[in-house]
Amino acid sequence: MTALSPTAPSKPSPEPSSKASSKAPSRAGRPGPVAWLMRQLSRGVVQLILAVVGLLWLAPAFGLFVSSLRPDQDNASSGWWTALTNPGDLTFDNYSALLDNSGIIDSFWNTVLISVPATVTVVVVASLAGYAFAWLEFPGRDWIFLAVVGMLVVPIQVGLLPVAKMFGAVGLFGTIPGVILFHVAYGLPFAVFLLRNYFAEIPKEMLEAARTEGCSELRIFTSLVLPLGRPAIASLAIFQFLWVWNDMLVALIFADSQSQPLTVALQSEMRQFGSNIGVLAPGAFLSLIVPVTVFFAFQRHFVQGVMAGSVK
Amino acid sequence: MPATPVKAPAGPAPLPGRAGPGTTEPKDSPRRRADRRRRLVALLFLLPALLLLGALVAYPILFTVGRSLFDASGTRFVGAENYTAMFDDPATLKAIRNTAIWVLVAPALLTGLGLVLAVLTEKIRWATAFKLVLFVPMAISFLATGIIFRVVYEQDPDRGVLNAVAVGVHDAFDEGAHYPTARPKDSTVLAKGKDGSYTTKEKASPGNTVNLGLVGVPPKDLPKDAGPARKAADATAHGDELRGVVWVDFTLGGGGKPGQVDPKEKGLPQVAIEAVDAKGKAVAKTTTASDGSYHFSKLSPGDYSIRLPARTFAEPYTGVEWLGPTLITPAIIGAYMWIWTGFAMVLIAAGLAAMPRDVLEAARIDGASEWQIFRKITAPLLAPVLGVVFVTMVINVMKVFDLVYVIAPGPVQEDANVLALQMWLVSFGGGNNQGLGSALGVLLLLLVVPAMIFNIRRFRRSQS
Repeated sequence: MTALSPTAPSKPSPEPSSKASSKAPSRAGRPGPVAWLMRQLSRGVVQLILAVVGLLWLAPAFGLFVSSLRPDQDNASSGWWTALTNPGDLTFDNYSALLDNSGIIDSFWNTVLISVPATVTVVVVASLAGYAFAWLEFPGRDWIFLAVVGMLVVPIQVGLLPVAKMFGAVGLFGTIPGVILFHVAYGLPFAVFLLRNYFAEIPKEMLEAARTEGCSELRIFTSLVLPLGRPAIASLAIFQFLWVWNDMLVALIFADSQSQPLTVALQSEMRQFGSNIGVLAPGAFLSLIVPVTVFFAFQRHFVQGVMAGSVK
Repeated sequence: MPATPVKAPAGPAPLPGRAGPGTTEPKDSPRRRADRRRRLVALLFLLPALLLLGALVAYPILFTVGRSLFDASGTRFVGAENYTAMFDDPATLKAIRNTAIWVLVAPALLTGLGLVLAVLTEKIRWATAFKLVLFVPMAISFLATGIIFRVVYEQDPDRGVLNAVAVGVHDAFDEGAHYPTARPKDSTVLAKGKDGSYTTKEKASPGNTVNLGLVGVPPKDLPKDAGPARKAADATAHGDELRGVVWVDFTLGGGGKPGQVDPKEKGLPQVAIEAVDAKGKAVAKTTTASDGSYHFSKLSPGDYSIRLPARTFAEPYTGVEWLGPTLITPAIIGAYMWIWTGFAMVLIAAGLAAMPRDVLEAARIDGASEWQIFRKITAPLLAPVLGVVFVTMVINVMKVFDLVYVIAPGPVQEDANVLALQMWLVSFGGGNNQGLGSALGVLLLLLVVPAMIFNIRRFRRSQS
């Protein structure tokens, strides 16, 4: 429903606004030179305000990026902005040190090993369930769906303690599969909700035609519903992937030191914040490079996924 | 709720009510068998989801509600005791209070800022780029945001950008350098005032030279551009000019004479100087040059004393303690705004783009002012979108955890505490009171439910 890209309706096309502003002075009669000047001025002020806001938004991340390129002693003695006057002092040493830091690199791979299966599983399980809720007949269907949607309201905090005990009993506590399972379970209500609603929009005639031709439900699901549902599935996958990739709370509890993801590994370095910038700054960029790449690669689906996911 | 029952087909997909158990078909008719098969297929499709949700979401809710009625060790039934304890325990009370601040402040600020930016972006051509810049933080983890803002909020103005700006702005209105350890070499020349300033005991008139020797300035405090003061000290004053130097009356390595500007001794730059008349009023102000020299020209004839104001000897301004106990919550809300403003703006901008342009045009042609148009047309039409943004933010803010956990330094964590963090601290982070932790989880659930119901309803409506 919304996207940043020009193809989406959210794009404020210059056409209506310029038309609007050309009509604006009509109450004062003819658009005189004074009105024209005022309009240009106010437009200039708007441009200036937004440019300042944009810079304000870029500055914090840019500052950390510059810090990540400075040696520790420089970061300890002066601010990142002093490096702008002599960029020759910037080095990639922190990054190469980070790549040699086996703890950080292991945790990076743990993040991958958690995020990818957790995303794929949610998509598969929720697509199956979403299809069943949308197009299969069975008693109590609407009530069960309502119960699933109701679970959307459950904050993950409510589940932490009982699931931790349960996983402890079956030996999943502290393991990567345990973290994945928790993310899958708490990602499902939203995923089922989203996909059920999207699949329900598929024209009934298409499904009936397939059924009368004797296609099995599994075949209809794989060759008709999944391809048609691709936009929703893509948005869901991106949303779920980001959610899991960026998670700290769940991993903080369910992952032990062997299976901890990057967020938890970096968090444990925060205690000596001042002296650890050399690890934390490049580490933060290591952790955000993947989601930001996903953002730029799939902008539309990303925005839609985030917007839809905001009900969570 | 059932998916678009356009026509009632007698074929393979009967409507819900039709397939139920009330039908009068004979047993084992082909139809019954097909029904049973269909149910089995549906069950297979649903099974993975239902198993996961049942075991890891539904059961935990019941467990947590039950557990909240037992004491810390889980052996003694205490009824509602954990719920009343919440409001007795100072740490939990603080967390509840902070969560209330978050809910009252952050959603309103975000919705307002999002609205203003959404309206403004309508007027520029690079709106897409602007939205992109503000939306990117949504992709970044709370942890990375926390690290980013720890650098922003760093207390030392030499390292934290926000305090560097604060100090820069402050110093722009505060003339003169600070030499907190400096003091006069000779207390017979300069007398200390009650406010910490120093004033010459002897009066001087235009045409005089008054050299003021200070000591106690460590070399690291002396600016790099400080130059020898001798030359300026020897210069003679013009008729209506009162001049002199402020210098460090100390020769490195020894050999200098007290009270005399020796060749190696340096001037003290950027010291604020005031010429004070007989009534004690400062009639002229200046600051010393890099060689420590100062001069007041065009003074009317009379006797003046020279004063070094107290601020020169005060500790320099070091900015705001962003991560201290008083400002920690606003500081974290600031970082939170950095993440979510883009979301609010994009959602509201989409609502704006859906405005009926012809209505706005008609209003403009009828002579309505932009403010009237905003109040009478745009705002009412936009209200539902604003509501959605606001409620979504309320839900999110209630559950905020990571950002507080990451940004608040250990000693002030207690001052920044929020409900979700306290729940974690109590049950896992050393508190070891799972009864109270469960009660806090239930409280969180109860707080979130009304907002969630609103949001799900809205989503359902937008889908149909």
